[in-house]
Amino acid sequence: MSVPSVSVLPVAPLVPDPADSSSDCLRTLTRKDFQTEQEIRWCPGCGDYAILTQVQKALASLGVPRHRCVFVSGIGCSSRFPYYVNTYGFHGIHGRAPAIATGVKCANPNLSVWVVTGDGDGLSIGTNHLIHCLRRNLDVKVLLFNNRIYGLTKGQYSPTSEFGKRTKSSPLGTIEQPIRPVQTALAAQATFVARTIYADPNHLAQTLDAAARHRGAAFVEILQNCVVFNEGTFDNVAKRATAEESRILLQHGQPIRFGKDGRRALMVRNMEPEVVNLDTDRVAESDILVHNAQSTSPALAALLAELEPPRFPTALGVFRRVEQPTYDELLMGQIRDAQSKRGEVNLQKLLDAGTTWEVA
Amino acid sequence: MDPCCSDTGRELLELRQSTVRFAGDSGDGMQLVGSQFADLASLSGCSIRTIPDYPSEIRAPAGSLAGVSGYQLSFGDETTTPGDSPFVLVAMNPAALKVSLPDLQPGGIIILDADEFTTANLAKARYEANPLEDGSLEGYRLIPVAMTRLTEEATKPSGLEGSGRARCKNFFALGLTLWLYDQPMQPLLEWMMRKFRKNPAVMAANGASLRAGYNFANTNELLRVHYRVAPGKLPKGRYRRVTGNEAAALGLITAAARAGRPLVYAGYPITPASDILHELSARKEFDVRVIQCEDEIAAACAAIGASFAGAIGATGTSGPGLALKTEALGLAVMTELPLVVINVQRAGPSTGMPTKTEQADLLMALYGRHGEAPMPVLAPASPADCFDVVFDAVRIATRFMTPVMVLSDSFLANSAEAFRIPEVDRLADLRVPSPTRAMKDFAPYRRDPATLARPWAVPGTEGLEHRIGGLEKQDVTGVVTYDSENHRRMVELRARKIENIAQPIPEARAEGSDSGDLLVVGWGSTYGAIVAAVRQARQEGHSVAHLHLRHLNPLPRQTEQVLRCFRKILIPENNTGQLASVLRSQFALPVTSLSKVEGRPFLIRDIRNAIEESLRK
Repeated sequence: MSVPSVSVLPVAPLVPDPADSSSDCLRTLTRKDFQTEQEIRWCPGCGDYAILTQVQKALASLGVPRHRCVFVSGIGCSSRFPYYVNTYGFHGIHGRAPAIATGVKCANPNLSVWVVTGDGDGLSIGTNHLIHCLRRNLDVKVLLFNNRIYGLTKGQYSPTSEFGKRTKSSPLGTIEQPIRPVQTALAAQATFVARTIYADPNHLAQTLDAAARHRGAAFVEILQNCVVFNEGTFDNVAKRATAEESRILLQHGQPIRFGKDGRRALMVRNMEPEVVNLDTDRVAESDILVHNAQSTSPALAALLAELEPPRFPTALGVFRRVEQPTYDELLMGQIRDAQSKRGEVNLQKLLDAGTTWEVA
Repeated sequence: MDPCCSDTGRELLELRQSTVRFAGDSGDGMQLVGSQFADLASLSGCSIRTIPDYPSEIRAPAGSLAGVSGYQLSFGDETTTPGDSPFVLVAMNPAALKVSLPDLQPGGIIILDADEFTTANLAKARYEANPLEDGSLEGYRLIPVAMTRLTEEATKPSGLEGSGRARCKNFFALGLTLWLYDQPMQPLLEWMMRKFRKNPAVMAANGASLRAGYNFANTNELLRVHYRVAPGKLPKGRYRRVTGNEAAALGLITAAARAGRPLVYAGYPITPASDILHELSARKEFDVRVIQCEDEIAAACAAIGASFAGAIGATGTSGPGLALKTEALGLAVMTELPLVVINVQRAGPSTGMPTKTEQADLLMALYGRHGEAPMPVLAPASPADCFDVVFDAVRIATRFMTPVMVLSDSFLANSAEAFRIPEVDRLADLRVPSPTRAMKDFAPYRRDPATLARPWAVPGTEGLEHRIGGLEKQDVTGVVTYDSENHRRMVELRARKIENIAQPIPEARAEGSDSGDLLVVGWGSTYGAIVAAVRQARQEGHSVAHLHLRHLNPLPRQTEQVLRCFRKILIPENNTGQLASVLRSQFALPVTSLSKVEGRPFLIRDIRNAIEESLRK
C-alpha cells in the first residue's frame, strides 16, 4: 500500500533558540534520547506503543532540545505517556491537562508544550478545557488518543463509543450519540486539526511533524485500538486489507480520491457528500471535491470529518491549518506594550499610587 | 465630650471616634463621597475603617429600597471597625433613610435631601406617611436640607446642563459633612482639580456644590454644634487607603517581584473575589500574566502549571469556586508545587448570599481534600493586612514548596483602611534558587533537610528533565510506586513539612495580658471588633485578653500554652464554631463559641456583650 505524504505547508521550521548552547542543540538527537528508564505499563499490543515511538522520533527530528519540551497529561491509559518521554512531564488530574498546559505555556512561552489525552479524559471530563484551549489558540500540541472505550477503568463506554455499543456499563447498548473529536476541535476554531491512526507509522509521523510545526493550537485525533476492551475498533481503517477502500488521505489542494489506484472520489451535491466511482459513474474530473485545509470557513473540514463507515470512508490527514495569532503571543504582546507605554516599571510607584499621606 | 469654642462662635465638640454613613440611590455617588471623606479623615491623622453596602442587583429601580447604596466609615484615634452604628446619617432619598435608620444610634444626626421626600419617592420607599412630618424621627437630630434645589442654584454658573448639575448634589452633602466634622475643603478641591482635569465644567460644578454645602452648614441655624475627631496613633510612615482585595492584588505583585519571577494569576469571575482579577489585569507592566479561565478548576490547574514552569502561580476565588478547585489543590499537595489560593469567603452553602460575608470555609480550607493533604492556611486580620498575608503566603509557598490558602472574606475584600506603604527594598527577599545543571545528585523529591522542600527544577533547565504527577512517588527519586512503606513515609513527610512551617512564624501571644479570666480567640476579619471589644472590657477593669490567630495551619507554637493560661475561652466567628471545634479537638479544652451567621461582620457590642456574659457565668 502506498502512503501518500501529508501535505506540508511552507511554514517556518522550529529554529532552536540561538541563545541555547545546551548540548541538545549542538548534536543530532535520536529517538533514544527521548526514552526514559521507566518501565512501560501499557498492555502488550496496545496502540500506545506505536504512538510513543513516533512521538519520540518526531521530537528527535524536530531538533527541539529535551529540556525545552513539556508533556502534560490527564488521567487514563494515554495519560501515562509523559513518564515515558525523557523531557519535562506533568501527569495531572482527570481532564485538566489543557488547563495545566495553559499555565506552563504562559509562564514560559519558549517551551514546546504537548498535551496527551484520551477520548474520556479530553472529551468527557475535560471537554471544557480542551475546547477553550483550542479556541484561544494557545501554542500547544494536543494529541487525543481515541480508542472509544474507558480502558484504565476496565471497559466502560466512552463519549466516542458508537451508539448501541455494549460494554460493562451499557450491557444493553449505549443510548448516546458519540461526540466527534475532529468536529469538536473545528467547532472550537482550532487552527490546526488533523486525524491519523496508530497503525500507520508513516502517516502518524508526518501528522505529528506537521502538528509540531504549526504555530498555535494543534489538535490531532489518533485512532487507536484497545487490545483488551475494544480490540479492532478501527480495523477497517487500520488493516491493510481494507484500508485502501476505507480511508481518504487528505492532501491540501488535491482532489479527494481514494481506493485502488485512486479510482473512487468524493463529490458534494446539494451540500451532501457522495462517493463516486471514476470508472463507472459519469463524473468529470472537475466535479471532484478539492481539499482546502486553509479555508477560513471550517465547513468543508467539518463535512470531511463527518464521513464515517459504513457509507463513507474515514478521512485522515490535516483537515484545517490556518495561521492566527497565538494566545501566548498576544498575552506577552500586551505585557510588552504596557511596559513600553508606562516606561520604567517601578513597584514603589505602584504602591504609592493615589492619595497618600504621611504620619509623622 | 469637652465643649470648646470654634471661631464661628458655635460649639465645637471633641470626639475620640465617630461613624458616618452616606446613603443614597445607586446613582447618587455615595461611594465616591464616602471614600473622599475617608481620605480627608485620614489626612487629618485619624485611623479609618470603611464598609460599603452595595445593592445586590446590578440596576435596581431608582428610589427603591433595593437600590440603596451606602458607604459607612468610622474614624478616630483607635478605629478598628467601620462602627457599630452611625452617629451621622446622610440620606439622599426616602429609601436611603428607611434602610439606614434602624442602624443609627439614638440621638444621632440625620442630614437629608428634603427635596427628594416627594409623594412618589415616599411610595417607592414604601412609606405610608412622610417621616419628616409624622414625628417618627423625633429621637434624632433631623436636618432637612433642600439639597437638590440648592445644588441646582449653586452650579448654575458652571455651564453644565441640568442633569449634570443635579449629579453634583453628593458633593453638596459632602460639604455639609465636612463642616460638621470641622474638616478642610482644600484637599478635596485639589483632588477635584486632578480628577476632573479634563472636564473643567464638571470640576467647577462639583467644586461649587461642595462649597455651597459647606457654606450652607456654616451659616445655617440648623447646625449649632460641630465636631472634631481625635487623630489616631498610627505608626510613622506613608499611607494610602486600600480595600482588602486591592491589598491582596498588590501583595501578589510585590511578592512576585521580590521573588524575581513572573506572576501568573489564573482566575474565574466570582463575587467577591473578582476585584483581585481586575486589579491584576490592569498591571501588565509588572509582568503580571492574568488568565481569565473557562472555570474555577482550570484556574487552579493553570496556576499549578505556571508554578511548575517556574512562575508564581496564584488563583483567587470564593467558596463555590474553592469547592471546585479542591481536586487540583490535592494535586498541588502531591506534586509539592508552590501555589497561592486566595479564598474570599462569602455566605454559603451553595450560592448562598454572594455579596454577604461569612467565615465558614475554615474547615474546608483545613480538611477539604481527599487523602492526607495538609496545606498551610493563613487569614488576614484587616484590609491592609491582606497585603502582608498574601506576601507571606508566597514566601511560605515557595520556601516550602506547597500550596497555601489565604482566607479573606467579603467584609475584608470591600472594606478599606489606611495601609502603611512599605519600602519595597526593605521587604523580605523572596528569591529561592531553582536548581541548575550544576546541582549534584538532582532528584525531583530529594528534600532540603531543613525545610523538607523538594527542589523547584523548572522546565527549560538543561539536564534536569523529570516527570511529576498526582500518583504516589518514591521518596527522593520521584518514580511512581505503590509501595506501602514508601506511601507511609511520604504521607508523614508531607505532613511534617507543613508542621515545620510553625518554626519560622512568631509564637502565639495573647494581647492585653498573659493570663486571666477570659481569652477571646479570633482569626481573620473578626480582628477589629475583638480588639475594640477587649479594649473596652479591659478599660472597665475586666481580666480579658485577645489571641489572634493569623496562621490556622500550622497553628503557631505555644498556642496551647497560651490557651491554658486563661480560665475561659471565647471564640467569636462568622460561622457556627469552626475554629472552636478545631481547638477543642486539638487541645481538648473547653471553649465557648460565639457565632454570627447573618451575612454581616460582628459589631463591637456583639462581642462586648458576650464577654460580659461569659465573665458573669
